[in-house]
Amino acid sequence: MASHQDNMSALNMPENSARSAASVMTHDFRAEGLMLTRGPRRLFADLSFSVAGGEVLILRGANGSGKTSLLRVLAGFTQPDAGSLFCNRQNLKPLDSVARSLMLYVAHANAIKDDLSALENLQEALRLDGLPSAAVASEALLPTLDEVGLLERRHLPARKLSQGQKRRIGLARLALAHKAFWLLDEPTNALDAEGVSLFTGIVNRHLVRGGMACIASHLPMQFVGTSREITLEMSA
Amino acid sequence: MNRTADEVLMIAAAPERGFLLATARDIRLAFRSKGEVVQALVFFVMVVSLFPLAIGPETALLQRIAPGVVWVAALLSVLLTLPRLFASDYQDGTLEQLMLSPFPLSVIVAGKIAAHWLTSGLPLAVIAPLLGLQFGLNRHELAVLVVSLMLGTPVLSMLGAIGAALTLGVRGGSVLVALLILPLYIPVLIFGAGAVEAVSAGVDYGANLSLLGAGLLFGALATPFAVATAIKISLD
Repeated sequence: MASHQDNMSALNMPENSARSAASVMTHDFRAEGLMLTRGPRRLFADLSFSVAGGEVLILRGANGSGKTSLLRVLAGFTQPDAGSLFCNRQNLKPLDSVARSLMLYVAHANAIKDDLSALENLQEALRLDGLPSAAVASEALLPTLDEVGLLERRHLPARKLSQGQKRRIGLARLALAHKAFWLLDEPTNALDAEGVSLFTGIVNRHLVRGGMACIASHLPMQFVGTSREITLEMSA
Repeated sequence: MNRTADEVLMIAAAPERGFLLATARDIRLAFRSKGEVVQALVFFVMVVSLFPLAIGPETALLQRIAPGVVWVAALLSVLLTLPRLFASDYQDGTLEQLMLSPFPLSVIVAGKIAAHWLTSGLPLAVIAPLLGLQFGLNRHELAVLVVSLMLGTPVLSMLGAIGAALTLGVRGGSVLVALLILPLYIPVLIFGAGAVEAVSAGVDYGANLSLLGAGLLFGALATPFAVATAIKISLD
């Protein structure tokens, strides 16, 4: 119940202009017949699924079962041995301009620069995501930094932040992101319980706006809207 | 509402903005860890200054070897700075974010190369006349030396970026970069040092500078795409 309330309070956060500008996103995503072999092991074969606006796909599976590899295939970093991806029924070429404006990828590596402060790291990430300069002005980011609990520490160099606090910079980026399809690889690593419910709230807000997400995680997760699970089996 | 959001994103993702973003970001990072920038410059100054001390005050001999010494030192100094071009971005996951940015990877890469030159080659070209004085070069020779470095060191950054991108994630990558890139550096070295020697010999130096300029233009057009492709291969 507590976490549910947290979700609601996150949903009721005051919307700033950048956030409300991205209010409606209607896309759907489909993967067909994906196959990937790594060395002698076939990680997955003939894997098909679809994600529509407002839906979340949760990837389950033991360590080494290929969750990260699948996310990297979806993001376009890794070429699958077979299969194709579609966005709005159009064939999606890996890393072309449509894919780059659609996908947001968060992995174990935070892409946090130790020499930059928390605020600067967030600004750099948002600029790279293509947000206009007005949306990355420091005043515009203060409410979000407050939401993720980094307001007091925003000027500290990132090397002085804990692992969980670095993750929270990533949460702030998610909260402000324009992109419609989130690919998240163990996003709750190093986050405390409050951080996890913050994360759930941010994803829920994204789903309510019609966004899509694909999340690899070992934690049980509850989101608003349709949530489906794919379990990757370890094969010999 | 949705349309305006898309328009804002389109404007925000204009390629030249991606170039400037990447340049500003890398220059900022370079200034935060000044050590690396200063290190390469100190290396250059030390190597060049040791020659007059070791050889003694034979003006004719010093004048004869000056162009070669300055150019070899500049080349090695740039070689020293190559690992920082992509290695840290590779380790902390920034490279994946750059690949999924709405800005084309080639444009971002061009920005990174520009930042690399501004923090490695440009300082060398600026300080070179001071060092040239130790070798008894006259005003005209010093001017041509600076121009040759201004035209040649960007080519060193561009070729080096290809090597750095190809050896991402390879153990002992920095040695491999040197082996890969040195043969490509040799024409730049020959034309660069040759331009200053031509002035000393009283022959036309225009051809040497023109060839350096041609290399610069060709490199500016071709290397961003080559580096972007190399990065995609390295991350597969």
